[in-house]
Amino acid sequence: MLQMPMPDRAVLARRAEIVAALRRIVPGEGVIDTELERRVYESDGLTAYRTLPMVVVLPENTEQIVHILRYCSANGVKVVPRGAGTSLSGGALPLADGVLLGLGKFMRILEIDVPNRCVVVQPGVTNLGITHAVQDQGFYYAPDPSSQIACTIGGNVAENSGGVHCLKYGLTTNNVIGIEMVTMDGEIVRLGGKHLDSAGYDLLGVMVGSEGLLGIVTEVTVRILPKPPGARALLLGFPTIEGAGNAVAAIIGAGIIPGGMEMMDRLAVEAAEAFAHAGYPMDAEALLIVELDGCEAEVDHLVQAVEAIAAEHGATTCRTSRNEEERLLFWAGRKSAFPAVGRLSPDYYCMDGTIPRKRLGEVLARMKQMEGRYGLRVANVFHAGDGNLHPLILYDANNPGELERAEEFGNDILRLCVEVGGVLTGEHGVGVEKRDLMGTMFNEADLDQQQRLKCAFDPDSLLNPGKVFPQLCKCAELGRVHVHAGQVRFPDLPRF
Amino acid sequence: MEVFRPGDAHETEQVVAWAAAERKPLEILGGGSKRALGRPSRTEHTLDLSALCGIVDYDSSELVLTARAATTMTEIEDQLVAHHQMLAFEPPDWREVLGTSGAQTLGGILACNLSGPRRVRAGAARDHFLGFAAVNGWGDGWKAGGKVVKNVTGYDMCKLQAGAFGTLSVMTEVTVRVLPRPETACTLILQSLSDEDAVAAMAAALNSPHEVSAAAHLPVVLVARSGIAELAGAATTALRLEGPRPSVDFRADVLGRLLGEALRLGPADTERFWTGVGAVQPFVDQHSAGKSDRALWRVCPPPSAAPALVRRVQAGLGSAEAFYDWGGALVWLSVEAGTDCGAPLIRAAVAQSGGHATLIRAPERVRMTVPVFEPLSGALDALTRRVKASFDPLGILNPGRMQEGV
Ligand SMILES: Cc1cc2nc3c(=O)[nH]c(=O)nc-3n(C[C@H](O)[C@H](O)[C@H](O)COP(=O)(O)OP(=O)(O)OC[C@H]3O[C@@H](n4cnc5c(N)ncnc54)[C@H](O)[C@@H]3O)c2cc1C
Repeated sequence: MLQMPMPDRAVLARRAEIVAALRRIVPGEGVIDTELERRVYESDGLTAYRTLPMVVVLPENTEQIVHILRYCSANGVKVVPRGAGTSLSGGALPLADGVLLGLGKFMRILEIDVPNRCVVVQPGVTNLGITHAVQDQGFYYAPDPSSQIACTIGGNVAENSGGVHCLKYGLTTNNVIGIEMVTMDGEIVRLGGKHLDSAGYDLLGVMVGSEGLLGIVTEVTVRILPKPPGARALLLGFPTIEGAGNAVAAIIGAGIIPGGMEMMDRLAVEAAEAFAHAGYPMDAEALLIVELDGCEAEVDHLVQAVEAIAAEHGATTCRTSRNEEERLLFWAGRKSAFPAVGRLSPDYYCMDGTIPRKRLGEVLARMKQMEGRYGLRVANVFHAGDGNLHPLILYDANNPGELERAEEFGNDILRLCVEVGGVLTGEHGVGVEKRDLMGTMFNEADLDQQQRLKCAFDPDSLLNPGKVFPQLCKCAELGRVHVHAGQVRFPDLPRF
Repeated sequence: MEVFRPGDAHETEQVVAWAAAERKPLEILGGGSKRALGRPSRTEHTLDLSALCGIVDYDSSELVLTARAATTMTEIEDQLVAHHQMLAFEPPDWREVLGTSGAQTLGGILACNLSGPRRVRAGAARDHFLGFAAVNGWGDGWKAGGKVVKNVTGYDMCKLQAGAFGTLSVMTEVTVRVLPRPETACTLILQSLSDEDAVAAMAAALNSPHEVSAAAHLPVVLVARSGIAELAGAATTALRLEGPRPSVDFRADVLGRLLGEALRLGPADTERFWTGVGAVQPFVDQHSAGKSDRALWRVCPPPSAAPALVRRVQAGLGSAEAFYDWGGALVWLSVEAGTDCGAPLIRAAVAQSGGHATLIRAPERVRMTVPVFEPLSGALDALTRRVKASFDPLGILNPGRMQEGV
């Protein structure tokens, strides 16, 4: 298991004083002090990691957040932001010497602005809550993580979350146009708004996906889209993973960007079918779900094209949804794949690497070999259109050593993703989980530059430290300029 | 006065490391096509990246293209067209309106975050920018992002590089997402709408499920300069639809009935019209060489606030002309240059509407004194300066191109 930084004894010794100071800022039940109540917050969706936070605070407005952060800055107290706590990478894992800042009370939809095609919400509003607020008017919020009932838009912003529709409609970053945030020193900054593009540096763009390390998001403006008039889904079964992979490449090669395109391997299909009874073909090595959306003329046209491609690539099953009910049924299995796999085994560990799609066959074959080596099974769920792989490693935490083996297996899978030209995480974030693997993708210069950016926002490293970067940041050292006149040779290049 | 022309990333690092040691700022050039954009450079030396060219890797079925930063847009477009693909953000060509020559490069387009009419549907350049290698102000090479379409590993540095106008790092190699080119396209034309009605019609179109991929409005005085003869004589609101042919035909008919279509442009005219909108064609004549008595502003307000903003500017500056792109989220304003290009009035109007304004074309003397980009204040200004310092503490890379001291 990966190590978190040692708690600061001096801060722990001042716990009572810190709690009292927070109570002066957030009166009543907004400061949670008892151990029993703090337990609720001890982990997020990466449940293998648990830490009891020093204290939990649930502010109700931006003003309170400003004062909390000012106090914590002035007193050298660390802060960990938290939305709904569904992060799968440990982004919201508390610190024993830190304040856990919960945004759960920021639940208001502030404005629905149809002419400007946007909605302004507080960060604790759930992802699905936004769609619910606008669906009567024919709109929706496009990024749809499977956790959308629970996860908050603030958490989505921090993780740059995706969903099964992001190949066509983009990730969080492509659908957020403005935020209000508070920096660690308690300054309110507004980035973007109802307009497009940035007046200066695109700080909004870098806030999205910053995993709670750069600022607390206190308001979010998202773009909403008109709901497509119709959609149909195809269930395509293939006798080999390669066949399915080639069909995916051929669909994209034909100029088709489906609304969603998901692949599952045999084990995932079996689990999903047993759970959801979606009618998945049980004889297939790989199942593709391809959803085509748009007007009827377009959907019909594309369905024909995809059916033809599937046949050419040896699909043994090809079913097209005939109505909305059937379309949702096709998806029901995929959408419940995680809990379904959860029934195969006491525990599972969800990975999230991205690979160039053409390497899929090779990556899955090598994963099979690793299964043998680690003595653990893997079910694969795959955002096929964009190469984002979710291997689910099955294990039993009650067997001594098995969790550690699952983690090591997971790390090997991620190293493999990087080796074939991919990346460590497609949508779940680095958090604590992949922190120590950052060096497989980035060298010291790359990481130093990322850390320097952190210093520009949070020079004392008080906001969510111990996440994302294998080493804590030393801002003074990183910012230093070592070279001076005469010390670097004049570049020996042809000059003009 | 030296012009350094490194042949690879390593030589680029050497140049910047030397410049940093000597505290000698560099002007960074790709093809030089956007040299007239931003605050005028006053650096002694120039870093010319034009030798960092060529496509490194393009795999159309992976939807990813990697190229050295100064690869020309002509080379990129040629390759993409051959594979029926495109950069979905529709990079515009501003050379004519800026009065510059020189090749447009992919790195330059990304550094300026330039997007054309499809931005309203497909996002901006920054939304398609996946990864890069670059050199920071210390002269250290570094990289961020990846070469796959979905990635959240580390901070999204691509967003920061896009639109930083080369003030944070010198990009040496970039990776972008590419998408299939639509099979066909057409443009619905609504005529004789007031600015208010046009913006409302564009909002209705963009809010409809018919996947409108561009929405612009030209008042009657500018229509003649759109390059499409049959549009002359009436204010023109244009809506583009793209996709498979049966789908485009169907959507055009439904939307046309809904909004009162007057005319329809076929694929060739559609291409010509929108290339012109992206290139700010209606204002090219006024800004061509020798006629430097006018200035060009690019304003990004909330769309519904755009008509009132234009009215306010026209009330104060009698000869101001405007047209709308991005359904009103982009307003091009041409005004008399005078001493300050109308900056006080335009900035005040933007303060009222929200959004931001950039002075795109103006005499150099004005760009020295009038802020070219929207001035920042308070905590945002301080944060911006700290961000700049975290990449380039000595101010070596394009210093002052965006803001004094940044
Ligand atoms: C069953 C399941 C399915 C999932 N499916 C998907 C999926 O399909 N796609 C996907 O992308 N993810 C998925 N996830 C992961 C997770 O739901 C997302 O990462 C989500 O965005 C986290 O939101 P949250 O509100 O739970 O944030 P939390 O878990 O509370 O926090 C996540 C990170 O955000 C920070 N944070 C939270 N709020 C703020 C704020 N207001 N300001 C600053 N920082 C903040 C935290 O510090 C932490 O680093 C899934 C998770 C589960 C459990």
